[in-house]
This record gives sequence, C-alpha cells and structure tokens, in this order.
Amino acid sequence: MDLVIVDYKAGNVQSVQFALERLGVQATLSCDFETIKAADKVIFPGVGEASSAMAQLRARNLDKLLPTLEQPFFGVCLGMQLLCEHSEEGDTDLLGIIPLPVKRFETDLKVPHMGWNQLENLQSPLFEGIAEGEFAYYVHSYYVPLSEYTIAQTSYPEPFSAALQYKNFYAAQYHPEKSGPAGSQILKNFLAL
Amino acid sequence: MLTKRIIPCLDIKNGRTVKGIRFENIRDAGDPVELANWYAEQGADELVFLDITATNEERKTFAELVRDIARHIDIPFTVGGGISAVADVEVLLMAGADKVSVNSAAIRNPHLVDDLARRFGSQCVTVAIDTKHTEAAGWKVYARAGTVETEHATVDWAKRVVDLGAGEILLTSMNNDGTKAGFALDITQAVSEAVSVPVVASGGAGTMQHFADAFQVAHADAALAASLFHFRELDIPDLKRFLKAEGIAVRV
Repeated sequence: MDLVIVDYKAGNVQSVQFALERLGVQATLSCDFETIKAADKVIFPGVGEASSAMAQLRARNLDKLLPTLEQPFFGVCLGMQLLCEHSEEGDTDLLGIIPLPVKRFETDLKVPHMGWNQLENLQSPLFEGIAEGEFAYYVHSYYVPLSEYTIAQTSYPEPFSAALQYKNFYAAQYHPEKSGPAGSQILKNFLAL
Repeated sequence: MLTKRIIPCLDIKNGRTVKGIRFENIRDAGDPVELANWYAEQGADELVFLDITATNEERKTFAELVRDIARHIDIPFTVGGGISAVADVEVLLMAGADKVSVNSAAIRNPHLVDDLARRFGSQCVTVAIDTKHTEAAGWKVYARAGTVETEHATVDWAKRVVDLGAGEILLTSMNNDGTKAGFALDITQAVSEAVSVPVVASGGAGTMQHFADAFQVAHADAALAASLFHFRELDIPDLKRFLKAEGIAVRV
C-alpha cells in the first residue's frame, strides 16, 4: 500500500511515521501534491498553532489541493481542526472541507486539555476492536463541537468531537500515534479502510 | 473524564539511565528505551527524560537517543536538561519528543518561552520550576539545578511564564525532593490555583497516599517521581488501583 504523510513541517510528523513503522508500514513523507494525490491513503498530522499551519499549507498550495483528494484521508490533532471551516485560534480560515467551527475551550478547567481522556459513543469502522470508554492521549486548547459528522466524543467538561468523518475525510482530535496499543489499533483500522 | 497523570522521570547521562536502577526483569535497565517501554507497559501516562550531561558533544548523543525513544515507545514524553535556545528545541521536537522542558534558560531569558510557544505551540512548552522555601524569603525560584536563588517568588514566576506561553508547569520542591515525606502541597496548590495550565507536582513522593494528596489536596494535574519507581518501592499498577479506589480519575 502506498501511504503518504503530508509533510508541511508539523511537529509530530516523525512520531506518526514511527507509529506506522511499529505496525510494519513504511510511509512516505511528502508535500508534493502529485505524490499525495497518487497515494492509496493519506495521513495529515499537525501540532501547534492554526494560522501558522495554514500559512505553511498555503506556501505549498496544499490549501487548494487537499480538499480535492478522494482516497481515505486521516487528519490528526491540529490536522483534524485544519479540515474544518474556521478557527477561533488566530481568527483563522481553515481548509473548509468539513463544515464545522473550531472553538476555544471556555472553562474553569485547565487549558490545554492535556492527558488521557476517553473515547465514547464510537460510530465508525475506525474503532473496530476499541472498547467504549477506551483512553486516548489529547493535548489541545481548541475543540470541534459535537455534530452530525462526530464519530466519537469525549468530555472536558462538556462533550465535544473526539473524531470526525466527512466523506473520505477521517479525523481524530487525540493522538493515535501516542495512545498506546489502542492508538495503534486505530491507525491499523484506518489502514484497513 | 480527563485522568490524572503518573509520570516516571529518567535521568540520562551519556545516553544511559543513571546508575542505581534495579529491575530484576529487565535485561538492561541502563538502556533508556528498554526502561521506557517497561514503564509504558506498566501504565505510566507520560515519561520525562532529563539530560544531565554537560558537554555539547554529549547533547548530540541525547538527540539521537530521543529519536530512538520516539521510534520505540507509544506514549508521550517530555525531554529537558540544558535547553537554552530555539534551535535546541527544534532538534528535539523533530526527533520525536512531544514536549520540552526549560528551566534555567527561561530564567536567564524569559522571552525564550514566548519564542518557543509562538514557534512550536504552547502545548509542547513545559517550564520546569525548582523552588525552595526559607523562613526569610518564602517560596523562591532557584536556577542552575537548584544551586542559585533568584529574585522570583514562585507563584509570580509561574504566572509570568504562563502569560508568556508555557503550556504546563513542572514544579519541583527542593525542600521535599528526596525526603519521601510527600509533595509540597501548599506551594503546589498555590501554583495550580494561580495558573490556567496543567501543573505537575514533583519532589517528595514516598507513598501512594502522597500521590492522592497531590491530586486531591494540591489539585495537581499530574505527579512525577523517579527513584520511588526506579527502585520498585512503588509499582504503577498498584498506585493506580489505589488512586482509583480513592475516587481519583486515573487510566487503568
């Protein structure tokens, strides 16, 4: 299988590549659209701040091109948020693939939401073999509200989207590459889609 | 529900965990990767690796080690020790570290914190604070591995680095470190209540109840210990079962 990780200098590219290696899968890192378009599957990592990530994507013309992809696509953490319409982080227009907003946590709880929290109300083959309430590792200050595209949720303290699916675009707010055996299973499930 | 994190800390010198770690069922407890994997299997929620080497040459070894750790373990980890510039951090994050911790460098140059936060995001910037209480001065921040008293009052310094963009505070009480008499609950609580980001309690853990107190009394979001875990005085699965029975949210 030809698997490409979109390389736009996001911080966790290496961790995602290593996680796939642990599953015996060699992924190609690329920011070249022809290479990405030709892949069987695409993983879109991301950590950091939304407006600088969008600037990196625009510099590579990927903001125009990623929305046209038709193969299974998996956005991780900031990579999930970037698929949405608009983020309160830096008042940033995003890729606009999934018609949802990204909001800042308004809570007395600590922000970033950092650590292991649960995956609930699982509704996708992405979660094959994953138990309701399984833990995953999250670290983020902005979130996507629940919606018709939510395929898993968690709470902090209000429920929000832990994972999304819109057509061929899958996305996770948590870090499957850092979520132990359960995270590996979710990556494996994506590869099997 | 978000769970409280239990974090073993490993000191690294020349690419090896420092002497004295005893594990009968680990082939090479000096190998940080093997030890890290064992902790991950035990249910550690994160790991911290502190580079205690001195020279630049040895720091290159540390970056290679970070890459090796990232290749093999599937839980998040923070690296720290001797980080003084944005370039140091870039190397460590690109090698696969999830967070970096800065300490003395932030005291020398507080704007390092906002440079790092802007460049890499607050979520990967932990500011480590070594603090000591004296009757005369109250809780003050200490620099250079706790050897030099600074002018900063601990709560004020924590607030300042969070304003600059720190995403987490790792607070070590030098009064408590190594005593096994419990975490410094008063200052941990004061810092935790003063800042909006997670606080990791460090220094003084000796019993399971000490961890419960760090979470329930001092409102820490995570607790760190080193020798207590390394010497198997306390095993993480037992600790988590205890905390759960105490009504504390943990990942088991």
